[in-house]
Amino acid sequence: MWVYEKKLLYPVEVTTCNPMLARYLMEQYGGADGELAAALRYMNQRYTVPDKVIGLLTDISTEEFSHLEMLATMIYKLTKDATPEQLEKAGLGAHFVNHGHSLFYENAGGVPFTATYIQSKGDPIADLYEDIAAEEKARATYQWLIDISDDPGINDALRFLRERENIHSLRFREAVELLKDERDRKKVF
Amino acid sequence: MQNPSYRGSYKPFVSPRDPCPPITIKYFVLPPQIFTNFQQPGLPQNSPEEALMQGSLWPKFVDGFSREEGIS
Repeated sequence: MWVYEKKLLYPVEVTTCNPMLARYLMEQYGGADGELAAALRYMNQRYTVPDKVIGLLTDISTEEFSHLEMLATMIYKLTKDATPEQLEKAGLGAHFVNHGHSLFYENAGGVPFTATYIQSKGDPIADLYEDIAAEEKARATYQWLIDISDDPGINDALRFLRERENIHSLRFREAVELLKDERDRKKVF
Repeated sequence: MQNPSYRGSYKPFVSPRDPCPPITIKYFVLPPQIFTNFQQPGLPQNSPEEALMQGSLWPKFVDGFSREEGIS
């Protein structure tokens, strides 16, 4: 069960009107290494990992959903007042034809989200290593987004999100260490 | 199983209302390579024949796997 707090994890300010940026941000919204993929991946893996790391997957998955909400806010703010012509110029003509002004889970190239972006192997080490890789790839995506964006408000939020990926990566690596500790442990069941 | 220490285990939550007979201990693999960050030179080596059978020149990175372990 979840309790929803009706505010963003971190304030999102958009300082310039730049619908083109919305298209790029969609890479983190509905892309392979985006927040939706991350949240769904951890939320699903958590059932078949050792008890010690279930809570971590739940917590990080929940946080990824709050990141998704920040991305959605940015994209919405950047596109809500754009005319069809402006959207077309921003490379979102095909998006407008299919989705109007609504958001959709697509990457920056317009490819719709697919479950094949994520995996659940049922082997704790394999799953946690995938999670670590996912965090590092999301970190890199944020770097390229910051590089391509000149909006100080957006970049501030992106910097925050990038830092969170670093911490998540560390927590997943700590989870691997916790499981490694189980090796040779004398246990009486 | 070559090296039984490359395994972990935990007790999953078992509900009195579980529909099927519960598995009380779950086992998982901790493959040997995750305990090495950077391979040192001069590790003990298998004979060529053993290396071919085991898939690795170094016994340190062989842990084997068999369905008798019942991990899956």
